[in-house]
Amino acid sequence: MNTAWALIIIPAISGLCSLFIDSERLRKNLLVVVAFLHLYMSLQLCNGSAGELDGIWLGIDHLTRIFLTLTSLLFTGSAVYSMIYLDKHPHADGADLAGWQFLRNRNAIFVACMQLFLAAMSLAILSMHFGLQWIGIEATTLASTPLIYYHRSRRSLEAAWKYMIICSVGIALALMGVFFLAKTTTQHVQLFTPAGLVLFAGYLKLGWLKVAFIFFLVGYGTKMGLAPMHTWLPDAHSEAPSPVSAMLSGALLNCAFLGILRIYQVCVAIPATAAFASELLIIAGLVSMGFSGIFIMHQPDYKRMLAYSSVEHMGILATGIGLGGSAIAGALLHAICHSLIKAPMFLLAGNILSAFNTKKVEEVSGLLKSMPFTGMLWLAGFLAITGTPPFGTFISEFSILKAALQTRSWTTAGFYLLFLLIVFIGMLTIVMQMTLGRRPDDHADEHHHHTVADKAHDLKHDKHHKHEASAAAGSVINEEFLQLLTPIVLLSLALILGLYLPEYIRTAINGGALLLGGAIL
Amino acid sequence: MNSIATLLALSCIFLLGSSRLLMSIRMVAFQGLLLGILPLAAAGDSHLSLALIFLSLASIALKSILLPWLLNKAMVDSGTRREIEPFISFGASMLLGLFLLAVSGWIVDKLQATEPVPSPVTLIAGFYLVFSGLLLLITRRKALTQTLGFLVLENGVFTAGLSLGSEFSVMVELGILLDVFVGIFLMGIMLFHIDREFDHLDADRFNELSDLEIAASPDEEVTE
Repeated sequence: MNTAWALIIIPAISGLCSLFIDSERLRKNLLVVVAFLHLYMSLQLCNGSAGELDGIWLGIDHLTRIFLTLTSLLFTGSAVYSMIYLDKHPHADGADLAGWQFLRNRNAIFVACMQLFLAAMSLAILSMHFGLQWIGIEATTLASTPLIYYHRSRRSLEAAWKYMIICSVGIALALMGVFFLAKTTTQHVQLFTPAGLVLFAGYLKLGWLKVAFIFFLVGYGTKMGLAPMHTWLPDAHSEAPSPVSAMLSGALLNCAFLGILRIYQVCVAIPATAAFASELLIIAGLVSMGFSGIFIMHQPDYKRMLAYSSVEHMGILATGIGLGGSAIAGALLHAICHSLIKAPMFLLAGNILSAFNTKKVEEVSGLLKSMPFTGMLWLAGFLAITGTPPFGTFISEFSILKAALQTRSWTTAGFYLLFLLIVFIGMLTIVMQMTLGRRPDDHADEHHHHTVADKAHDLKHDKHHKHEASAAAGSVINEEFLQLLTPIVLLSLALILGLYLPEYIRTAINGGALLLGGAIL
Repeated sequence: MNSIATLLALSCIFLLGSSRLLMSIRMVAFQGLLLGILPLAAAGDSHLSLALIFLSLASIALKSILLPWLLNKAMVDSGTRREIEPFISFGASMLLGLFLLAVSGWIVDKLQATEPVPSPVTLIAGFYLVFSGLLLLITRRKALTQTLGFLVLENGVFTAGLSLGSEFSVMVELGILLDVFVGIFLMGIMLFHIDREFDHLDADRFNELSDLEIAASPDEEVTE
């Protein structure tokens, strides 16, 4: 029990402390130490037998195990990557915030908010009480907004404002859902937790439960990035620093997803609401996949492409949960694989961004030659994220499809395949453009004289100079070990999951699927 | 309790029709005060507890003193006094507000058909506040008014929660209050930044990030 609370309190306290630490090195080291400590403690906690921790407030079940370990792992990876990221963005005193001097150091705020973000996510994942979970999920918004505003530019301010407003409104509606859910209960219900409500499922008032589910789906769905409430997501993911984008996409979306899973767990215990909830989830999922398919085609910005891909994968998760049966286990496996792949993809995008100084797809080419390791990993990540066979995503996407076919939901299966194909083609054209082709300097020298219009000419010329400056005579761009470590480790894990599913992960996935009324994998 | 709910709804109609930001901020502060008293009124004399009184006082201090002060400071610093040209005119949004009030009444009526609500008038006020908050968020240009809109929406959610009689423990209530407070506080700080970066508080002129205007964006970047 104490370990669970410590997982939340330690990063919160050390986060607040690092606001007041002057030494840049000490602060960065603290971040990494806290990350590894958190990872160690999460693994300790998750290794305990199921149901040992079943309190009114915090609890551990199989869903918690999956998402807690995942979040902690990604945070450790991002923290390691942040070491080098912060080196490249040395501390600069920004303007003071409304008269408060100590908030001027943006790197201090970065390190502090990262840890507060971790604390908030741990709270959101570990909490069993619906009210406490709401507090956790709202706190993740609060902690991550300053992170998105890290660059202090107009674009990042706009992204942070949109994120704050849209997500806060969404989450306020989810709070309405929590109040409605409290209204479904009668005196019989002792605990306001998923397990507590399931125990007395027969006594719940169905009408209120349905209303509550709608509010939860819209509210937490906004945070999870389900279309059409996803509009904050591409902005925030593309403007945030890369280690933050990795956390947002890989860990934060999962927290909101867990929020929906918790109420689904209650709904599924009653046949009438189970059908209702499943139907809504499938619709929301397919709409999200469709939206991302439309926007990923000809996407000019590669970080936005990754963001839309996240929308697509959240759609896959919602569809999988909605289909039920073995698709639920598939969706849980997919959540794991998506996080393990999308986080390194964002980190690699950060490598590309720092080398090329542009987020535009058309200005990046020849990655395989100019940045061999990043280029190769980028290609591998693309194959992984689109569900190509050796990776875990293939198994999960395929098992969702199989469940759709087994339950004879032909339309769902058809749209599911269609949207997967559209996204695959959209991403393929972008990734091919970036990885293949000549080195950027050759490319700019020969190519732009012939093809590019006058106006773009000057622009390109400027960029060309930038390339020269950063790429040091254009040959091979220096890639630091720390920049590559996290992507290599996480992508290998995603590959291993595709080849062999370790027993404890299988147990956790199957346990989670059973909680959600599904079949084992 | 019903009279407080009525006052809440009235303040909302006023908010929809007012163009002066100072007046709007004061109205929202007034709502915060009403919202602080509401749980005491709901509990009645017999159930008053120390925790409840503490919660009310904290809510009043945060929502009707501290936040309005911050927003007022942001308003004065940015030199904005009025909401100019909302997407829907003030008269029309007041009318729309009345329509939304009717809609809230209809929704509560529907909900009551399945299950009686302890205090229907308060629930109507809650829904109405949520709707007006959304209306303010959508139709107003200033980032400051959007913040107010969000505050009204939050107030609505709290009112609805109270009317349903859903009580959590004090710690959870306090946590929720803290979250909301920090959220609006952050928005307030961002208002200062928006003012400094853009020299205006017009959220509708935030259009650098959009996928729907791909053709327009390269030109903008060149001019920068």
